[in-house]
Amino acid sequence: MNEKRLITGDPADVLTDEAQIDAMIARESICNNENLIYERPETLTDAIFHYCPGCGHGVTHRLIAEVINELDIQSETIGIAPVGCAVFAYHYFNIDMTEAAHGRATAVATGIKRLLPDKYVFSYQGDGDLAAIGTGETIHTCNRGENILIVFVNNGIYGMTGGQMAPTTLIGMKSTTSPYGRDAATMGYPLRITEMIATLPATYYVTRQAVNTPANVRKAKKAFQKAFEYQKQKKGTCFIEIVSNCPSNWKMTPLQSNKWLEENMLTFYKLGDIKAPGKESAE
Amino acid sequence: MAKVKGDIVVDIEKCKGCELCAQACPQDALELSRQVNSKGYLYIVKIEDNCTGCTNCSLVCPEGVIKVYRKTVDNKEHIATISDVKGDIKVTVAS
Ligand code: SF4
Ligand code: SF4
Ligand code: SF4
Repeated sequence: MNEKRLITGDPADVLTDEAQIDAMIARESICNNENLIYERPETLTDAIFHYCPGCGHGVTHRLIAEVINELDIQSETIGIAPVGCAVFAYHYFNIDMTEAAHGRATAVATGIKRLLPDKYVFSYQGDGDLAAIGTGETIHTCNRGENILIVFVNNGIYGMTGGQMAPTTLIGMKSTTSPYGRDAATMGYPLRITEMIATLPATYYVTRQAVNTPANVRKAKKAFQKAFEYQKQKKGTCFIEIVSNCPSNWKMTPLQSNKWLEENMLTFYKLGDIKAPGKESAE
Repeated sequence: MAKVKGDIVVDIEKCKGCELCAQACPQDALELSRQVNSKGYLYIVKIEDNCTGCTNCSLVCPEGVIKVYRKTVDNKEHIATISDVKGDIKVTVAS
């Protein structure tokens, strides 16, 4: 039972209800809007995400929504949802969104941005969508330097379809279509598409971030802030990769998956700006 | 001496019990519940009263369901320490 003793130490002074009332009073004294420092942004709807517990998509959604909220551009932002786990992203962002055919999000974003050049436009895609079926669209959008933000969530696996190998699957990593681990001889190498994109002259800001720790979440948020700011200044394509987890298809608990991400994904997919104003590109 | 006091409120119906917040909390103030919510997930509860309002838990929460409050409290305003009292005690706090 949840008991609390008064400081007298007298066993007769054991409190149960009173202790709870005390705790309630203490709670009420601080939990009011005046002291509120962090909450779910208005730019997310109230819907419960369909993502698996611990999935990095949720944090990534929230960061983008927070930045849109803070810049006060809710009514001026248009998002494009992919095919993949994030296919229902339009249910969660409380902004104008549309859905694109598999891999074609950046092409749709191009169309929207060209018709409505004053809107902020971003695509949100996973590794299967952006780096496999949509490779052509992605490369050419970046090569044209379309003034949009491309958000690329890389968890090294096909999540929605049940854990097949993706272009970004690490060497030796098991998936349903590489049950003995990815073998470079027959399956090729994991694709660092973000580095490839950084070599294109028309891209302006290319960075790789993660959302597995509070510090990384803060850094990732800064990257989103910069990207929206650059879009406002019409600088060209901004590309943000978020190295993420997939507890379900990595067959781990959320905590294990974040540890695995740190030890395996982040040693291959190194975090940081790959191309940024004032920084030499990876060319 | 001024002291920072924090508190959190979790929307337990939307929590999925991933425990990422519990791991991120430097105060070890969070733990999984023993009961499930209406979706069948264990949810997170605060087990300690030592929250500093650092926002770490809400930063890593994939469901965005943690509200964080923080206040700098002056010790003078603090509820008095209770000692050598037996029987009923009533504490009121002016808001
Ligand atoms: S399958 Fe993987 S990527 Fe998809 S929602 Fe679940 S954890 Fe996230
Ligand atoms: S705000 Fe900080 S101290 Fe308070 S519960 Fe969250 S992580 Fe722990
Ligand atoms: S991080 Fe969020 S969803 Fe996960 S256990 Fe904590 S409150 Fe629940």
